[in-house]
Amino acid sequence: MSRIITLRDALNEAMSEEMRRDDSVFLMGEEVAQYNGAYKVSKGMLDEFGPERVIDTPIAELGFAGIGVGAAMNGLRPIVEFMTWNFAVLAFDQIVNNAAKTLSQSAGEFSCPIVFRGPSGAAGQLAQQHSQTFESWMANTPGLKVVSIIDPYDSKGLLKSAIRDNDPVCFMESEIMYGLKGEVPEEEYLVPIGLAAVRREGTDVTIVSYNKSTILANKAAEELAKEGISAEVIDLRTIRPLDYQTIVDSVKKTNRLVVVDEAWPFAGVSAEVAYEIQKYAFDYLDAPVTRVNSADTSLPYAPTLVEEYMPNAAKVIKAVKEVSYVK
Amino acid sequence: MPTISTKKKNSNGKASGSAFKKEIYLSWYEEMYRIRKFEERALMLYSKQKIRGFCHVYIGQEAVAAGIKSALRPSDNMVTAYRQHGLALSKGLSSRSCMAELFGKATGCVKGKGGSMHFFSREHNFFGGNGIVGAQIPIGTGIAFAEKYRKTDTVTVTMFGDGAARQGALHESFNMAMTWKLPVLYICENNQYAMGTSVSRTSNVTDLWKLGLSYEMPSEAVDGMDPEKVHAAIEKAAAHIRSGKGPYYLEIKTYRYRGHSVSDPAKYRTKDELEHYKDLDPLEIIEERMLKSKFASKDEIEAMQAKIKEEIDEAVQFAEDSPFPEAHELYEYNYLQEDYPFIKD
Ligand SMILES: Cc1ncc(C[n+]2csc(CCOP(=O)(O)OP(=O)(O)O)c2C)c(N)n1
Ligand SMILES: [Mg+2]
Repeated sequence: MSRIITLRDALNEAMSEEMRRDDSVFLMGEEVAQYNGAYKVSKGMLDEFGPERVIDTPIAELGFAGIGVGAAMNGLRPIVEFMTWNFAVLAFDQIVNNAAKTLSQSAGEFSCPIVFRGPSGAAGQLAQQHSQTFESWMANTPGLKVVSIIDPYDSKGLLKSAIRDNDPVCFMESEIMYGLKGEVPEEEYLVPIGLAAVRREGTDVTIVSYNKSTILANKAAEELAKEGISAEVIDLRTIRPLDYQTIVDSVKKTNRLVVVDEAWPFAGVSAEVAYEIQKYAFDYLDAPVTRVNSADTSLPYAPTLVEEYMPNAAKVIKAVKEVSYVK
Repeated sequence: MPTISTKKKNSNGKASGSAFKKEIYLSWYEEMYRIRKFEERALMLYSKQKIRGFCHVYIGQEAVAAGIKSALRPSDNMVTAYRQHGLALSKGLSSRSCMAELFGKATGCVKGKGGSMHFFSREHNFFGGNGIVGAQIPIGTGIAFAEKYRKTDTVTVTMFGDGAARQGALHESFNMAMTWKLPVLYICENNQYAMGTSVSRTSNVTDLWKLGLSYEMPSEAVDGMDPEKVHAAIEKAAAHIRSGKGPYYLEIKTYRYRGHSVSDPAKYRTKDELEHYKDLDPLEIIEERMLKSKFASKDEIEAMQAKIKEEIDEAVQFAEDSPFPEAHELYEYNYLQEDYPFIKD
């Protein structure tokens, strides 16, 4: 049996199921308990699990992320929620210098099974400090795994996998997609980390995206279909480790690739995908890999500037036509 | 510089005597009324979607801005967090440039770039609204560092909330400011909540002024519902700082009448608590004192209110009539280098 639930509820179910299954899992972050989460993702969890396992923290990201790391080194499985990933910047020291490196520097004496989660990406007119994407920042660091996803079914399955994973996982959601609905079965299931999903099959061009950019990719693909261009849409789901094989297989079929990535262009996920494809599918490419990113600037507040900054379906369609050499 | 008159003031109750000169009461009232009306309009315009994004209003906290303004000089610096409209106005940014900024218009104080959380004005020594909780604490310390470096007698007011007081950066800043005797006035605006979290839920130490004591920084608690008390505390602190003795820390106890931001219904507090603080409304208190001391008649107060309402109406009209920034302006103010090669593929 399955039902239609929101991304918010899917994430809630993932955490709650894992907390029922394993006593060592706990949730910690700002407003996660009494307020039910800034975006209501942890609604009801304080009632079910009590204040020892659903813990409100002060606004002290560096401190509570580090407390998570220490607890993980000492046998627990923390889920650390950041109200958004923009605030996780304060905790980068603990994520990058400790969570990612504990296993290596202790030669396996200690590991760090922790999930850092929260929304990433722009969410309207929130201006410079509240609009950033962090997938490529975190994915640059060996020792971390990175998941970025909005599909409710996959989010639930992937978050459960992340909580069970023995390595640290950065899990990225979307502030404006928590209300997104999708079919989710009643029965338990897992979605493995490290596999992309083909969301739409096509033959003329491959569009790779992740998180809420998948919506643009799908929208563009629908429009393009009306003009006789058949686009295959891939949702990366996991950023690190990246599932190159699924992209390579697709490009071997379509011979063209557009990457839609809300992050900035420089040294981003789009750059990484383009590198791998030129390396492993060079002979299959009929056009240079093209990408659609946010602008190479900070994101200001004014609506006209947000519009100019953000990727949108029209920009994706334009890029597809460019690699297809059609006007 | 305004000075406290010798007349004894009544420390409790609404209608105290007149401890300050008439002009100061009038300026407090004007300042607070402007902020109150500006914020009420902002909320209304938010509901009409003229203003977007996050919007945190200052309603209830006006006495803090008023007391800081009257006790300090325009040349003193200020840096604060995102709950900043009122503080920016009190630093002299115009209602129209602030309202236009909320609308995201090119005529806003930062050309539509920053919105509600990020007003700045070099002219008014206003170093901004910061959206990252606590980030402005070391920044304010650094602004003060530069003043000391240049040997000025400028005070840098560094404002932060009770929630921000739990960031580690506070301790690092306090320690360095004290060690280097930096001319910084730290002000914790304790409105008792950080989003839905009350002060007592964030620490064993709920007297936030005590955080300064471990650095031996002069530290005091102040009633922030009364501009008289705010002014007096700031004046004393500023004299200490200007004399070269280093930083000073005030925990100013205040209250926000509205939710954390427009999207917060504020269910975590009781009606009684809110009513208690509404009884302490600084606008009403100062109005009563002005009437009682015959500093202003009812008619004069109404005339002042009408003038400010007109100013706000005009600001809204100005914002409404102003253009949005043009798309190409996205690339402005990212680098000072004029031909910076942006990636545009
Ligand atoms: C580093 C960081 N963490 C979390 C947030 C989200 N957030 C915004 S305001 C706020 C509460 C801050 O409360 P306080 O410092 O008391 O200021 P107030 O809103 O009461 O003025 C939080 C948690 C943020 N902006 N920055
Ligand atoms: Mg507060």
